[in-house]
Amino acid sequence: MKTRSMRSRAGGFAVGLSTAALVLAACGSDDDSDAPADGEEVTEATLTIAENAIRGGKNAEVAEWVEDWVIPEFEEMKAEDGVDVTVEFDGSGADDEDYKTSLALDLQTGEGADVIGGFDGIWTGEFAQADYIQPLNEIYSGADDWEGWDQVPEAVQQNMSFEGDRYGIPVGTDGRVIYYNTELFAEAGLPEDWQPTSWEEILDAARQLQELDGVTPIQINAGTPMGEATTMQGFLPLLAGTGAEIYDEDASLWMGASPEMQQVLDFYNTIYVEEELGDPLLQQEAAGRDNSFLMFSEHELGMLIEGDYLWRSVITPDSDIAPMEDRDEVVGWAKIPAVEPGAGVGGQDFVSMSGGGGQVLNPNTDYPELAWELLSFMNSKEALLERYGDDPRITSRADVNEELDLDEMIRYITDEVLPITFYRPGLEEYPEVSIALQESTEAVVTGTSPADAAEQYQSSLEGIVGDENIAN
Amino acid sequence: MTRTSPTDQEPDEQPVVETAPKRRRLDEDAAGLGRTRASAFVAPALVLIGIFLVFPALWTLYLGVTNWQLTGLAAAEPEFVGLDNYIDALTNDRFLDSVFRTLVFVLGSALIGQMVLGFTIAWLMRTAGKTLRGIVETLVLMGWILPASVIAWLWLVLLDRREGTLNSLLGTGETAWLLEYPMQSIIAFNIFNGTAFAMLLFSSALASIPPSQLETARMSGAGTWATLRDVVFPNIRGHILTVMLLVTLWTFNVFTPFLLTQGGPGQETEIFPVLIYRMALETGQLGRGAAFSLIMIVINLAIALIYLRVLRERRQK
Repeated sequence: MKTRSMRSRAGGFAVGLSTAALVLAACGSDDDSDAPADGEEVTEATLTIAENAIRGGKNAEVAEWVEDWVIPEFEEMKAEDGVDVTVEFDGSGADDEDYKTSLALDLQTGEGADVIGGFDGIWTGEFAQADYIQPLNEIYSGADDWEGWDQVPEAVQQNMSFEGDRYGIPVGTDGRVIYYNTELFAEAGLPEDWQPTSWEEILDAARQLQELDGVTPIQINAGTPMGEATTMQGFLPLLAGTGAEIYDEDASLWMGASPEMQQVLDFYNTIYVEEELGDPLLQQEAAGRDNSFLMFSEHELGMLIEGDYLWRSVITPDSDIAPMEDRDEVVGWAKIPAVEPGAGVGGQDFVSMSGGGGQVLNPNTDYPELAWELLSFMNSKEALLERYGDDPRITSRADVNEELDLDEMIRYITDEVLPITFYRPGLEEYPEVSIALQESTEAVVTGTSPADAAEQYQSSLEGIVGDENIAN
Repeated sequence: MTRTSPTDQEPDEQPVVETAPKRRRLDEDAAGLGRTRASAFVAPALVLIGIFLVFPALWTLYLGVTNWQLTGLAAAEPEFVGLDNYIDALTNDRFLDSVFRTLVFVLGSALIGQMVLGFTIAWLMRTAGKTLRGIVETLVLMGWILPASVIAWLWLVLLDRREGTLNSLLGTGETAWLLEYPMQSIIAFNIFNGTAFAMLLFSSALASIPPSQLETARMSGAGTWATLRDVVFPNIRGHILTVMLLVTLWTFNVFTPFLLTQGGPGQETEIFPVLIYRMALETGQLGRGAAFSLIMIVINLAIALIYLRVLRERRQK
């Protein structure tokens, strides 16, 4: 009796599990019936564009351009060819790290938009190795014949390439400078035309700004809540100014807790702990970076290191994040100096960091050819001129840059900053190393001694890349 | 299937099986459905349990012994790493700290906060006028029924450093509550969020105390404390246990403090569910996250077993 009822229970359980397996299998197979067979002519299709951009929020200009120009133009263009294409926009206004996580989850489950933008070039390696993205010419065989490749410099193509394959079309490149508020500088008795030549001169200026009421002298990103902005706008440009690089390409070794790292962390310590020239709490706030933008736009922050993104997307007078009516009159910028003249990598006096994102194709797209057409259309000269005509930045295309009326700031980036800039290593391990670097700066601003923070970094790094891949 | 305790099964089952199998069978098949049809009725439930509980648990068990990552090479080809993730968890400061923080959080917000506050409100409202009672209960319930994301927003505004409501009320300048008192903040937040349940349960428990006993206590001149100790608590001991275990279980699993602090500053509010989220999705270590989740499932099961056991003992009385 007992055994029989046990058996039937077990039977029921087995039925349950096998049904579960069937249901899951049904969920897993994603062969939409409307997907075209090979060689079949597509007459009707729906495509989706994803961007980390949203109306009224983050990167609003991108969202507006996609929704108001790209989509209607492309649909009309295809309608003329007799193809009924509907393009949808999948906007987002998340932090870059969260956006990356959601992309990874989408791609892992075979979902996601057909054309994916807002893709930081530094993610290419890890996404490619995970098989989430594929070389463009494998998704669509004609991708190498695109007219635009001739216009995109090799170095910029590298941003979206991995092991010699192009995985996406880069959107452009950027550079980092020290922005400063000339009004506050004048009040503090500092020159309005300012270019520090050593870290000590930055500190001197900050000390003078400290005399002003209600003003935080300097913001150099630290801590994990700011994510990659901490590494890119904080740690790495400083490190380049000490003459060291995070990854030695020739020796294929990562930098451990070196004296140069110690120097960078000491600088953080001086600013945030010893002299309180910066606001350590701001580095720990969940919305710290946005708040730093707000403070800068409201004349409460003297200096901050940021990319040209700040100038063209954050503090524009009509921005939704931190509008600054008097941007053109008040904001000044200067190159980031090395510790002292000649101390930077390669003996440079000034340094910067550059990166850049782009757009990739989803390998799971039902319409590889149409998706590629949409991607290349979005990167055509016409589309980029439409996008950046009134809102210039350094695009990836030389022919577009020639015609754009670059403003003074962007021209400064092109002429002065790009020649002295450095790039992050495009390796799979980099994002994790970057988090370890952020943690080391966070430790310092919360009161850990720089020496201990460097030691913690060393042990995190050993866990990530292995002892044998660290220079000693 | 209500008889699961060995203590009440053995004595009556053996004689029944040996002497009167027929009657016993009738007892079991009270609805007269027969095995096949009965199974058909149970099947949907079993399927759901299979899909949503058993399969994910087994899958988590499997993931926990791999080095699966969200991105990179280990995402495409995860490798078997045995018990490394578990050994790592138990020797990892971040994990142990997080367990300690979770204990503090549960103790502070669930046991001390929600239960004491819930009981106090229920006790005071017992004698309050209908209007006052309605108002208070509605307010407390609001904290419970509003979506957590909405409440989190309200709290962010309340605790904001620059233009926060709390700072202007208390005149505390630019105090960054979420950074300077992170654990206290999320404890207060969770008390606000969850007190309603304890209050409701205690209200009905208090209503079940025979009025004559309270009356007698009052007649014999017992003060509030004496009444509580000698009349109220003995009467509602079972309810207290129920509330305690349920609230503990929920608080142990609660993720909403993440909306306020994202686990920070540093790792100061990284309670267990937040640690797992950060580990698995922010740093992409899905294998480790799965191992940590399994440890969490085990702790949950332990609390749930205690709960079931206590419940059964209460029923037997």
